[in-house]
Amino acid sequence: MKKTLLILLSMLSVSALFAGCMGKDSPNTLTVLNYGKYIEPKVLDMFEDETGIKVEYEEYITPENMYTKYKAGAIDYDLICTSDYMIEKLINEGEVLEMNYDNIPLVKNLDQTYFDFSRSFDEKNKYTLPYFFGTVGILYNKEMIDESKVDSWDILWDEAYAGKIIMADSVRDSFMVAQKRLGYSLNTTDDEKLREAQKLLIAQKPLIYSYLVDEAQDEMIAENAAMAVVYSGEAGLALEYNDKLAFSVPKEGSNMWIDCWFMPKSAKHKENAEKFLNFLCREDIASLNFDYVYYATPNTKVKDSLDPELQKNPTIFPPKEVLDNCEVLKSLDDEATMRYNLYWKEIKSAD
Amino acid sequence: MRNLKRQLLAGPYILWMAGFILLPTVMILYYAFTTTSGNFSLLNISSIAFSVHLKSLVLSLQLAFICTVICLVLSYPVAMILNNIKSKSQGLLVFIFILPMWMNFMLRILAWRMLLSNNGVINSLLGTLGLPGLDILNTPKAVVFCMVYDFLPFMILPIYNAMARIQPDIIEAAKDLGAGRITVFFKIILPLTMSGVISGIIMVFVPALTSFAISDLLGGGKVLLIGNVIEQAFMQEYNWNLGSGLSVVLMVFVIASMALMNSHGDGEGGSFT
Repeated sequence: MKKTLLILLSMLSVSALFAGCMGKDSPNTLTVLNYGKYIEPKVLDMFEDETGIKVEYEEYITPENMYTKYKAGAIDYDLICTSDYMIEKLINEGEVLEMNYDNIPLVKNLDQTYFDFSRSFDEKNKYTLPYFFGTVGILYNKEMIDESKVDSWDILWDEAYAGKIIMADSVRDSFMVAQKRLGYSLNTTDDEKLREAQKLLIAQKPLIYSYLVDEAQDEMIAENAAMAVVYSGEAGLALEYNDKLAFSVPKEGSNMWIDCWFMPKSAKHKENAEKFLNFLCREDIASLNFDYVYYATPNTKVKDSLDPELQKNPTIFPPKEVLDNCEVLKSLDDEATMRYNLYWKEIKSAD
Repeated sequence: MRNLKRQLLAGPYILWMAGFILLPTVMILYYAFTTTSGNFSLLNISSIAFSVHLKSLVLSLQLAFICTVICLVLSYPVAMILNNIKSKSQGLLVFIFILPMWMNFMLRILAWRMLLSNNGVINSLLGTLGLPGLDILNTPKAVVFCMVYDFLPFMILPIYNAMARIQPDIIEAAKDLGAGRITVFFKIILPLTMSGVISGIIMVFVPALTSFAISDLLGGGKVLLIGNVIEQAFMQEYNWNLGSGLSVVLMVFVIASMALMNSHGDGEGGSFT
């Protein structure tokens, strides 16, 4: 109670200071929060032109950043796009509104398979709309490494590549690599297994060039490193810029992720949000977004209209046998999250 | 009546202070001494003793110290040279030293990342000259290097200002009385520029101690400073209580270092007095 009072007080005084420049609460707006570089900017203008709804667009880097931004409560978001496990966490906390799919007729353009995948975090398909999906794997430079070894996560511990490896700067993704190498589930909370994974990651640290998320593909394109753990979509894009690069999802298995849209409890413009989602499902818009983001799209109309060669590109559209070998991240309870975070910090501060 | 008017003039600043300095500090203190459920606790403060946190605090102190020493060693001669140039070019030279500060601090860090990377400008230049590459990106060295680069003007300017204030008569008088150049330096110039040196040390040491952006971008995520731990607690872990607790500990270090430096100053021209 005291906490809310404190926050309220501070917001009041700050908002008083900015009272002049607040004109935000007009009814015909839509506040969207999305990953960085995750929508074709033109699409927002087109939506504004067609519907007259003003879009307030914001970006974040990791799902954890999104959670902080949302929970801080300073902005009432109408629509948020984020990843599987974070949506599950928010659903469990009762922060997500049910979606009325009748208001989104174009949802029929989306492949039912991905709604089935979404069941792992949205049991009854009530809350979410799939946007893009993919896997995590190794983006590598064919001229800098021995390609026969890249089918296993082991290569990330190979001392021959010291100083040329980029790891993911994200708790769950980095732990995933170690867990899969050890043959464990990426959702394990068993302390012994986690410690084992941590030991592996600490042993790997001297070989690491840097820990990165979004910049990993830039570094690979510039050939500053030989290998990077990245999302499949980013790899697909990097391949377009430098043809020495290739992508592999190791045989030990990996993480399959789905990013979905959902309406948080703070949504003030539900109808506008549904209009926006319907707009995103439209073939021309979804294909603009696909060209820009270059991740696997669940939109069948877009996929069917692509070049057959691109449709079969395993980097962008992971084949079924790869997906079958992958696990979706589950949300962890607070205690396990704390352990993951602490162990991760210990890795980051290790010598 | 006149008094009231004067007080009204301070109004905007008082409002600013209340909203953006006082209130956030109160909130940080509140979070620092409570748990997520709102009960009083000292756990957030004492968690500085966790080996991870302690290690990053020590590393931050080390890097900030090294950075301050390098800045001081570089700045003092520069300030002297600037002060001794008695021509029109003096203004231009001072301007050149301030020029980088006109550009955004983040942009400058990002630029250094490009310059220092394996295939960056510096390494390709060294390569064409047949020299071995410079391999410091993503190490603490790069972090210190960029801290020095970013904070150097904050050291040069106060020392230069203090030096420019020294009356030439005093130095002439000393020379008339038979003091050699070395004596003049140690007995006159150094004591009279001490206030500038102390301001400079504070203005470099404090931001170096608390920085997190430089280590994030140039340390490749491998250099975990206390600033990074705090940022992570707020942004990644959604643990504002822990972040605040560690911030309070860091604040104590900042205030202590400022108090220490100010107590050595002579008061006159001191930085924040």
